[in-house]
This record gives sequence, C-alpha cells and structure tokens, in this order.
Amino acid sequence: MTPVFEVERLTRSFGGLAVTQAVSLTMVPGDRVALIGPNGAGKTTFVNLVTGHLKPDSGVVRLAGEELGGMSPMQRVRRGLVRSFQVTRLFPEMTPREHLALAILQRQGRTGRMFGTFWTMPDVLKESGALLATLGLESAADRKVAEIAYGQQRLLEIAFALALRPKVLLLDEPAAGVPQSETPRIDAALAGLPADLAVLMIEHDMDLVFRFARRVIVLAAGRIIFDGTPGDAAKDRRVREAYLGSYADDRGAA
Amino acid sequence: MNADHLTGAARPVARPRFSASADWIGLAAVLAAAGAGYLLFPDNLALLTRIIGIIMLVLSLDLVTGFCGVATLGHAALFGAGAYGAGIAAAHFGISDPVAMIAAGSAGGALAGLLSGSVILRGHGLGQLVLSIAIVNLFHEAANKAAGWTGGSDGLTDIAPTPLFGVFAFDLWGHTAYALGVALLLIVLFLLQRLARSPFGMLCRGIRQDPIRVAAMGAPVSKTLLAMYVVSGLVAGVGGGLNAISTQVVGLDSVSFTLSASALVMLVLGGTGSLYGAIVGTVVFMLFEDFVSAANPFHWLTIVGALLVLVVLFAPRGIFGTSVRLLERSRRR
Amino acid sequence: MQSVLSVAVDALAYGMVLFVISIGLSLTMGLMRVVNLAHGAFAMVGGYLASYAMRDLGLGYVVGLGLAVAGTVVIAAPIERLLYRRIYNAPELIQVLMTIGITFCVIGIANYTFGSTLKTISLPGLLSGPVDLGFRSIAAHKLFAILCGFAVAAALWYLVERTSFGVKLRASVDNTPMAAALGVRTKSVYAASFAVSAGLAAFGGVVGAELLPIEPYYALRYMVTFLVVVAVGGAGSIGGALLACLVLGAVDTAGRYLMPDYGEFFFYLAVILIVCAFPRGLLGRA
Repeated sequence: MTPVFEVERLTRSFGGLAVTQAVSLTMVPGDRVALIGPNGAGKTTFVNLVTGHLKPDSGVVRLAGEELGGMSPMQRVRRGLVRSFQVTRLFPEMTPREHLALAILQRQGRTGRMFGTFWTMPDVLKESGALLATLGLESAADRKVAEIAYGQQRLLEIAFALALRPKVLLLDEPAAGVPQSETPRIDAALAGLPADLAVLMIEHDMDLVFRFARRVIVLAAGRIIFDGTPGDAAKDRRVREAYLGSYADDRGAA
Repeated sequence: MNADHLTGAARPVARPRFSASADWIGLAAVLAAAGAGYLLFPDNLALLTRIIGIIMLVLSLDLVTGFCGVATLGHAALFGAGAYGAGIAAAHFGISDPVAMIAAGSAGGALAGLLSGSVILRGHGLGQLVLSIAIVNLFHEAANKAAGWTGGSDGLTDIAPTPLFGVFAFDLWGHTAYALGVALLLIVLFLLQRLARSPFGMLCRGIRQDPIRVAAMGAPVSKTLLAMYVVSGLVAGVGGGLNAISTQVVGLDSVSFTLSASALVMLVLGGTGSLYGAIVGTVVFMLFEDFVSAANPFHWLTIVGALLVLVVLFAPRGIFGTSVRLLERSRRR
Repeated sequence: MQSVLSVAVDALAYGMVLFVISIGLSLTMGLMRVVNLAHGAFAMVGGYLASYAMRDLGLGYVVGLGLAVAGTVVIAAPIERLLYRRIYNAPELIQVLMTIGITFCVIGIANYTFGSTLKTISLPGLLSGPVDLGFRSIAAHKLFAILCGFAVAAALWYLVERTSFGVKLRASVDNTPMAAALGVRTKSVYAASFAVSAGLAAFGGVVGAELLPIEPYYALRYMVTFLVVVAVGGAGSIGGALLACLVLGAVDTAGRYLMPDYGEFFFYLAVILIVCAFPRGLLGRA
C-alpha cells in the first residue's frame, strides 16, 4: 500500500541539545501506531515538528506524497494532518453539535459565510448527527461543553478531529485524565475509528497502548530505539531498560 | 439534571435556543422602545437620534469585543471615519442624498476598520490595548491636521442633506432624522442577528473562546478577525453617517479616546456578546448622562465610576446579561 | 546649537518625569499582570495632597512631598485590598473597566473636594531659578526632575537586585505559585509592591507638576501616556521603562518643537511602530 505519512530523518536541536535525532517513520492508511517513550524523550517536540509549530533543522515530512516543509500549521491541517489535544481544548460555551457543525463547515470551506445557519443545512445536520451517534454523544449534544462530563469532552475531542476527515490523525493522550470507569467508552471510540485512517497515538497509559496499537514506536533521548509489534516491545531489553522496566516488572509481579 | 438529559435524548434534533421568533420579538421590542421614546421625549428627538448613532458604535464594538474577544479602547476611529466619510461626501463632493451619505459613511467606517484592525490585531494583551489607543489618537491628530478637509477643531460644517427619497425633508424638530435612525437600526440589528448565528459568527465566537483550537482545525484566525473588523467598521460607519446627517456637523470628538472608552463602558454596562446588551447599555448610559451631567458633570463621572466598579464586581454579565440570567433562573423554579 | 540643547534638556526632563510616574505601573504590571488605568490617578492624588499641604497648611516643599507620598500610599492600600485583589487573575477587559471606574471616581471626588482649577505647587527658592552649568543655564526644577529620575532608577535597581525583598519580588514575577510554595508570602509582596508603585506615582506627580500640571482630568489626560511607556518599555523592566521614557520623551518634545501643528501625531506613530516591531516592549521578557 502506498504510504500516507512519511517522516524522513527529522532532526531538531535546542542550543546544542538534540531533542529529535534523525527520526524516520512511515505509515499506511489503516495503521494504528503508538508513539511512546519516557518523559523528555522528545514526543511533544516531534508532534510540534510534524504539525508545523516548530521548524526542523533538517528532515522531510510528507503527507500523501506531498512535502509539508514550509507549510503553515493551518495548511497542514487542511491537507489532512489533524491533531487532538492532550489537555482538552474545546469551546466551553458551545455545544458538541455546534463543535461538529463548525468543523464540518470548516472542512467544506464555508466558515466565511455571514448568512444562514447550520440548523438549516441538512447535510451538516446529518453528518454531525451521525458523528454524535457513533461516539455516543447524543445525550449531551445540545448542552454547553462546560456542563458535560470530562469523559464526554474527551470523546468530543476525537469527534471534532474526525469531523475534519483527516488522512492522518495524531491523538495526543486521548485518555488523559479520564476516570477508570469511563475508559471503556474511549476504547470503543478508538476501536470505531474509520478503517482507512492512519492513526498515530502518543500515549503514556501502557494498557491502552497494548489494547489499541498494532505497532509501537519507542522514542528515547530523541531517537527511535524500537519499531515493531507491542508483544516484541514488551520483550525488547533496550525498551525495558529505557522505559518499560518498572511497568513490565509490575506486571510480572501482578 | 438527569431529567433534562433524558428528554434531550428523546427529542430528534433540538432547535437552537435563540430561534428566528426570538429575533422578531427583539426587533419588535426595539421598535416599541423607539415609539415610546418618540412619545416621551417629543422635544428631544435630536438626543434620541444621537443615541441611535452611538448604539451603532457600541453594536459595532460588541462585534469585535463581545464576539471575538478583542479588547479595544480605540473603536471611535471607526465611528469617526464614518461621520467624516458622510460629512466630506456632502461638504466637498456635493453628495447630499442621505442614503448615499450613509453609504459613504459605512464605506469610510469599513476602511477605518480594515486599517485599525490590521494594526490592532498585531498586538496581544497590553500591547493590543495600547495599539488601539494609539490608532484612535492618530486618527484624531490626522483629522485635526487635515483641517482643509475636516474643518479641524472648528468641526466640519456645510452638511445639508437633501430630503430623504426626495420627499421627507430634514426638519428642525428632527422627525425625519429620527425615523431614518430607527429604520437603520432595525435593518442593522436584523442583519447582525443573522451574522451572529452564521458559520462566520460561530467561528468568531470560537476564536474568542480558544484561538489555538480554531487554528488547529485549519481556520485562519487573523483573517477572520480582520473580516469582522471590516464588518464592524461598516456598522460603526452607518452610525457615524447618521450622526453627521442629523447634527449636520462633524467634530473631532467623534474620533476621540474619550468616546472610545465611553463606548466600552456602555457595552459592558449592558452586557457583551448579545447585541441587545449593547442597545440597553447605550440607552441607559446616555439617558442617565443627559439627566445627571446637566446638573454637574463631575458628579456624573463619580457615579459612572462607582457603577462600573459595582458592575465588574457583582454583575459581570452587564444589565442585559444579568437580567436574562435571573429570568431563566426564576423560570426554572 | 542652543536650541538643540534646550530641546534635549526638555526632552530629558519630561522623559524622567514620565519614568518616575510610570515605573511603578510597569513593575506592578510585570508582577500582578493587572492593567491598571488608575495609576495616573495616584500621581494626581499625590499632586493634590502636596498642593494642599503647602498652600493650605503652609508646610515646606520637602515635608509636603513626603506627606503626599505617604498620604497616597495610605489611600491606595485599602483600594488594593478591597478592589485590585479581586481582579489580579481576571481577563483584561474586566481590569480595564474596573480601573477606569476607579479613575472616574477619583476625578469626580478630586473636583468636588479641590475644585476644577489648576493647582500650582510652589517651588522652594532653590528650585525656582535657573542653574548655571557654565556653558549655559537651565531651569532648576527640570534639573531636579532629571536627578530624581536617575535617583529613583538607582534606588529601584538596588531594591530589586540587592535586597531580600527584591529576591522575593523577582521570584514572584517569574513564577507566583512556585514562589508561594517556597514560602514567599506573595499576597504581602503584591501589597508592598502596590504601595511602592502608588508612592512612586505620587512622588512623580509632585516632582513633575511643572510639566504635567495638576487638575482633575490629569488622571484621564495622561493615563494613556503612562500605559504607552509600559507597553513600549516592556512590563516589569526598569531598563526598558527608562529607555522607553527617553525615546518617547525625545519624540514627543522634538515633535512639539519642530512640527507643533501635527500635535501628537508622530508620538503615536512612533508608539505603533515600536509596539508592532517589539510586541513585548523594547526590553520585555519573552
């Protein structure tokens, strides 16, 4: 399958400290990849380099064959490289339905319209309604986001990104801060992501990584030290040393 | 709470809270208030017309401050540009048809909106506030210096609008000007109600709540804000044009820092982001000012100052916003 | 040559008066992040108190100056406690409106108490004449204002860089929660800084009364100028405020001499250019 997302030898250093060193990865449609690594491994910098919020010193990022270097973050989003946020960033005074309508209108290039309302646009209503149903957000659809549960906000965060119909989705810790009782709903939402979408998840929660990812990339000190299946990652000695050590031991003990 | 939840799920698609019928009620209320004003102050229509002009300024400020979250102390630049636009068209180019003068005013306002928006939106926080003050003072000094065009500190005179639609002359008592003002206000309000609900209006509210999120969905933040500044200029310009027609003189005070600060005070007094708050705040402020400052302008300042402090501390949603909230609460009980 | 020099002296004196009044505003804005439009009102209160002490109580210049500073601090402290403390973390718009409200109140009350006329602060003999510098003579009060400016800058630098209060202050500016966690009583630091800021404003109001005359609308008339100084210099930076005052004093004074009929056009043009080029001020922290 032709790759939809390619990163080649992406490098960036801050004042002599190489935070991202020759990082390369390739993803095809349908990929479910988790990017993990200990704190300070350079995950956030990597995301910012890819989304265009930071400029790399060298290296190339391609989306569906098109080079993204020199494009603004906005242009990258429009080409189909969308991210969600680790700390929920939604509009507290808008409802979930309004969020999705806004994202759909943005995708269609209709947010510049000064007349009409999405309430009279059947296609927007239908699509946003379907998304709300898929993610189980119908009961909260018309309440202000500030008033709905945090777990629902996390789901909306995912739905909001999906409404932009991305080719590649960067999910930044989708389950961060969600109470244990609500994680099954996040799991279900992740399992229901479109089959042809390439998803790169940045995550700390190893259980979630093992449930979701079919491939794991481990970043340590700005380098990729492992790229393979979750099962192999758990067995890999270097990975255990760099990151998983205590976790794997805990598991063994339990 | 839980019951809400269930009924919400049972309904197919809930209609928005402020539906079209609420818009019509709002327009009718404004029309009724205008009629009441006419009956209560038949000898002071000039004041009422001036209030309508300032309402346009405060509505226009609500678009950038209430909808988009841009704090500005320089919005009179847009209003003044509208007033001078209409005045100069009449005094120097012989364009004395009132409708054409209003068009000239809104064009002037839009141009000033484009100009001051592109300056003010470069700053953030304190820098933005200072840029807004600097731009209105720059406009003020420019209008003062270009006395050949603007009349400088003597004001621009020789503004003699021809009868409206060739029929209704602008009389000494200000009947025609007041009617024109009310009609313009209704039109502007009708259009702004639509703008507020439009995709563009939603995007602007999104920018106020979280500009980074808006950028992350691929929408242009500064371009959108600049567009809103131009729209805001159109509205302020209509108000300025109306003022030029009704008073037949344009003074430097229409591009002053003082007017800009007062407009902000009126907006917050009434409540931001609802359009109606702008109207309520302006009417209350200006009627009150007219009564109190006739007695002693400094007492007026003390009262406004104390009122502002109280509103900020106890009713940050303003008169309109707080009343709506209280009403909603009492209904729920 | 002669005129160039006299413009330079005027610019320097004006700039230094601006500095003495605005530096307190800059420090509190850097520390508490509150846009305080009422800062000029404190300078005005200082001016009124000094004028009252000297003209109505017959006290001397130095005593009057001291009383003005102390009196303003006494007036400002409860305002900080009751009003400002509630808006330290509020959005800018709220801060702007609250402090405009305070300014309006002060103007109204000052006019009611002292009348609408201009208040003069009579200078002592030592400051009223010209001073001969050898090659030319300049007005003593301008020289005094310039010296006061440098003295305030030096004293503040010492306070911030060399005292334990300065350490707490800088810690609170950099990271308030962290400073609080380390045992700095940030509320006291805030209150003390506010008092120092109001006192400096009063001091500047009295010393600069010849250049910025005391009248009820003082607080509104120069509100913008003081804000501009902070925005151009960068909030919280002593060096930045000094630089901003010198630049703005020079632009404004030169503009008045060279192109009097343009008013403050070039002053505001300079402000726009500087703020656009340096969004955090000339020496503001990134």
